[in-house]
Formats: sequence, structure tokens, C-alpha cells
Amino acid sequence: MSNKEITISKDMFAPAHIDPSKSEKISKTSLNFWQDSWLRVRKNKGAVVSLVILVIMIIMAFVGPLITPYAYDDQNTKHNNLPPRIQGLENVDWLPFDGTLTRRNGDVYNAYEVKKAEDSYYWFGTDNLGRDQFARVWKGTQVSLFIAFMAALIDMLIGVAYGAISGFIGGRTDGIMQRIIEVIVGIPNLIVVVLLMLVLKPGIIPIIIALTITGWTSMARVVRAQVLKFKGQEFVLAAKTLGAPNSSIIFKHMIPNMFGVIIINTMFSIPNAIFFEAFLSFIGLGLQEPHASLGTLVNSGFKSMIAFPYQMIIPSIMIALIMVCFNLVADGLRDALDPKMRD
Amino acid sequence: MVKYILQRVGYMIITLFIVASLTFFLMKLIPGSPFNNFEKLNEVQRNILLDKYGLNDPVPVQYYNYMVNMVKGDLGISFQFDNTPVTELIANRIGPSAQLGLQAMIFGSLLGILLGVIAALKQNTWVDYGATFIAVVGKSVPSFIFAGLMQYYISVKLGWLPVMLWKGPEYTILPTIALAMFPISIAARFMRTEMIDVLGSDYITLARAKGASRFQISVKHALRNALIPVVTVLGPLAVSLMTGSLVIEQIFGIPGLGEQFVKSISMNDYPVIMGTNILFAVLFVVVILIVDILYGIIDPRIRISGGKAK
Repeated sequence: MSNKEITISKDMFAPAHIDPSKSEKISKTSLNFWQDSWLRVRKNKGAVVSLVILVIMIIMAFVGPLITPYAYDDQNTKHNNLPPRIQGLENVDWLPFDGTLTRRNGDVYNAYEVKKAEDSYYWFGTDNLGRDQFARVWKGTQVSLFIAFMAALIDMLIGVAYGAISGFIGGRTDGIMQRIIEVIVGIPNLIVVVLLMLVLKPGIIPIIIALTITGWTSMARVVRAQVLKFKGQEFVLAAKTLGAPNSSIIFKHMIPNMFGVIIINTMFSIPNAIFFEAFLSFIGLGLQEPHASLGTLVNSGFKSMIAFPYQMIIPSIMIALIMVCFNLVADGLRDALDPKMRD
Repeated sequence: MVKYILQRVGYMIITLFIVASLTFFLMKLIPGSPFNNFEKLNEVQRNILLDKYGLNDPVPVQYYNYMVNMVKGDLGISFQFDNTPVTELIANRIGPSAQLGLQAMIFGSLLGILLGVIAALKQNTWVDYGATFIAVVGKSVPSFIFAGLMQYYISVKLGWLPVMLWKGPEYTILPTIALAMFPISIAARFMRTEMIDVLGSDYITLARAKGASRFQISVKHALRNALIPVVTVLGPLAVSLMTGSLVIEQIFGIPGLGEQFVKSISMNDYPVIMGTNILFAVLFVVVILIVDILYGIIDPRIRISGGKAK
């Protein structure tokens, strides 16, 4: 300690230049809202990993059905109920891709030899009509994701418009519009969705309609609260003073300021839509054959669960993975975009 | 408080009226006939059948009769199940559904609260991460996926529990766990946040300073205060249990309301669909009302006028 004190001599120091013009300089590069949020999202490992998995799944949802030689609705009844078998992995004992099935009494047999299909490879197996599960699972993922994204998008559009109008106009209009929402929220969406699906013919568009008819209320409430908050703030007053019309105040000045909240809300409504789609398919009100969604695949897998478990397990894992990833990304975004909104 | 409850009951009645009307008119729009072989009957036979169920009346008359009868508690007669009155059909099925729902609710919230408390006490250890992981998975993955996977691995592969049906206590275990996954995760998440919040407050420091033991602090002081906000999630939880029970009952072949509902949908049995629908709506609305009122009573810090009731 004392040694060090001796070795530090005065000539090692030089007076610092004090330049008043530079003291205010910002040394860190300035970040806009999105760059800053991205920095915060990046710290959340779960959200980043989920995002990567989701991107891979979205790509596979489009590429998957193309890379197998079989189409998702090609039936080949001679090759029905074949278990998964993948080139190269079939010789690895502990992986379930060797093309063998177990009988009730515990016998293990190679279904591909029994069905005389030794030279075919169905990576996720086939269903009871001999359709390639690999193509069907990815096609189903594509359909489920499409329904979820469309439902979330429409919810967002309706919710933002309704909430913004209600909050901005205020007064009596706001009162009436809020009472309407209160009544709609009171109606259990399960009942509305089921009834609508009974009336409309099953298909992708009716499912989207049924999901959006009750889904937009939470967005409308959140947006209204934000509009009410912004209404008294200076930047809105400034825009008004400059003669900006109401529509441009709402869409150009207020909405960009609530992008974070809108995105978070949309991100949470996507897994919700996936759940309801799967749920509808499950109780028999979803898509009809030969179309596939993850829900219909799980549902039909259930029917042959004991003999051919892979038909249920693979789509189940897909749904579980997608739902967990979406929830983790949504959580991560919420923490990053709006730290005050943590639950 | 009284004004608030009255206002809420008012909304409840409007909601139920809308649900009942919506159900009635949407059911009128459904294509297809509820009767088997309806096309093969001749004109006279058809008229007898339609007269019997009052389907020949003009729609406004049908609507009026339906509403009046419903208020009296008469939901009509089933088209499919041997002319049984819908009320009777439903009444027989409430038992299993109620048992399953209650079991899942109690088991789920207790286990969830326990998990949340442990996670909060052992914050940022592997116990905490494990509990958080369970919470994320339980919240995200639909209950019917759990049901299917458990049915396969626990019942079919290991043979520990019966695969399906409803014949005794051991038959209720798997459906209860499958249904309870959502309550577990929600309660655990909520409880963890609340506990961490409460554990950082001054009165906990005071209790510690007075020399109270760790157990005493966490149970007597922290847990009781952290529990209050958890009551708020009970409403949404009960609602999710009802939705979940539809599929869970279907998967495990439980003779409950949900199974009846799904069966009637596939059979176009209008009166039963309408009856179950309205019963579900009443349950939903009443449960949420009770939870909101409870919340106001339990925590005097929340003034109904100021707080935003969900």
C-alpha cells in the first residue's frame, strides 16, 4: 500500500481540459423507442429463445408441407396408421423414429414391414387414411397460425377504433359505448362462439368471425384508457392549436404513443385465439376434413390414442410448444415495452 | 356498496336477457332439422311433430313462450333423449360437473398458492425457476392436451389410474389434475408476485425485528395479506374451469353438463343446447358477481367507487 503511494508522482497527472461546449454532449448513441425495447427484450433469454422457435415454426409451417413427397390430403389407404420413421434416425434405439409399434400384449413389430412399405419414410407417420402426418401437422400449424393472426389483427382494428372513438369523443357517446362493452364482456364468449359456429358453416372464415365477435373488447378498453390519459396532455393540445383535425390527432399523435400497449394486447390475444380454435375443433365445431388444423389433428389423434399414440402426441407437442412460446414472447414484450404493466 | 350490488345485478339481468334472446334467435337460424328422418315423413306427420314442440307458431309467439317458460324454470322438452324435460336432463348432470369443478378449483388454488409462496420465499433459486416454469407451461398449454398426454402415459402406459369413465374417487384424479393445471399456474404466478411485494413491506421488517420466526412471518404476516388480491383471479379461474370442463368431460367420458352440451350440439337437440347455454351463462355471471362482491368485502382498502371492477 505505502509502496504504491510513493510511486505515484505529480508529473503523472495532467490537468483536464474543461470545455463547457462539450459538457452537455451525449456520449451514448441515442436510441429510439424500438431500439431501446429491443435491448430490453434481448436480455430476457426465454423470450429470445421462444421468438427463435416461433420464427422456425412459422417458416416450417410454409416450407414443411413442401419438403415431404406427400401432399397433406393425399390418401394412401395401403399405408395407413404407419408410425414415424426417419432416414438415419431409424437405427437409433432411444428415438421413437424406428417405424415400430407395440401391440396390446407388448410385442414390438415393424409396421413398415407388415404393410410392405419398407422403402417409404413417413417422418411423423400416417393417419388412419394413410395421409402423411408430417405434411398435415405443418399444414395444420399454418392454418392455426393464420386463424390466430387474422383474429388478433381484426380484434386490434376494431378494438383500437372503438376505444379511440369512445375515449376521444367522451361524454354521452362514451357512456353508451362503455355500457355496450360492459354487456358484451358479461356474455361468456364460450357461448357466443359455440352458437355462432352452429349457425355458420364450419370453415376458416367463420372461426375467425366467431373469435373476433367477442375478442375485441379488452383492446377497446385499453385503448380508451390510453386516449383518456393522452387527451389532456400538451402534445395533443399543441396539435389542436395548430388546427389538426380530430382524425389526425387520434391516428397521427395518440396511436403511435400507445403502440407498445397495443402490441402487448395483440400478442396475448394470439395464443388465446389458437386455444379457442383448437377447442372448437375439439368439440367438433372446427374445420372439416380434409382440412387440418392443430386442433382437428389432436382430436382425431385421440380416437386412436391407444394403438397409435404418435397421432395424438406430435400435434399435442406442437400446440404446447406454440402456446408456451407465444406466452413467453408476450411476457417478454410486456416487460420490455411497458414495465408498469407487469401483473 | 348496496348501490354497487344493485347496479351489478341490473347488468346481470340485461346480460342474461341478451344471452337468452341471442340463443333463441341464433338457434332459429341453424340449418338442418332436429328430427331424424324428417324428410321421409309426410305433411301430416310433420305437422303433428312440429305442433307438439310448438314449432308451427310464428317466431315472436315462440320467443314469448320460450322466455316466459324460462323464467318459470321450464326449459322445454328434449328432442332426442326420449322426451325428457331439459331441466331434468340437466339436473342429473350437475353433480359430476360440480364435483369435478370444485375439486379442480380447490386442488388447483391450494397447490398454486403453495407453489407461489415457496417460489417467493426461495426467490431466484432453482425452486423459484422450477415453479415459474410450471406456471408458464400450465398457463399456456390447453387443458385437453394435458388430459390426453396424462391419459396416455399414466393410464395406458403405466396403468396406474383408470383411463376414463366416472365410477369412483380414483376416476376423478386425472380429470381433476388436467383441469387444475390452469388454476395452479395462475395462482402460483399471482401469489409469487404478491408475496414478494408483501415481504418487502415495513410490517414484515418490524415482525422480523421483533424476533418472529421465519415460519411465523411467512404464514401469519405475509401470506394473509398476499392472499387478498388472489381472490380477484378466482372469477376468471372459475370461468376457465367451465370452458375446460367441456372438453375434459368429453375426453374422460364423464356424465356431466359439458358432455351433454357437446352431445346435444352434434345431435341438433335445440332445447338442450339452449338450456345448457343459459345455465352456463347464469353460472358465469353469478360467479363473477360473487367474486367481485367478495373482493370488496374482504379488502376494505378497495373502495368500490374508486376501484375498477372487472
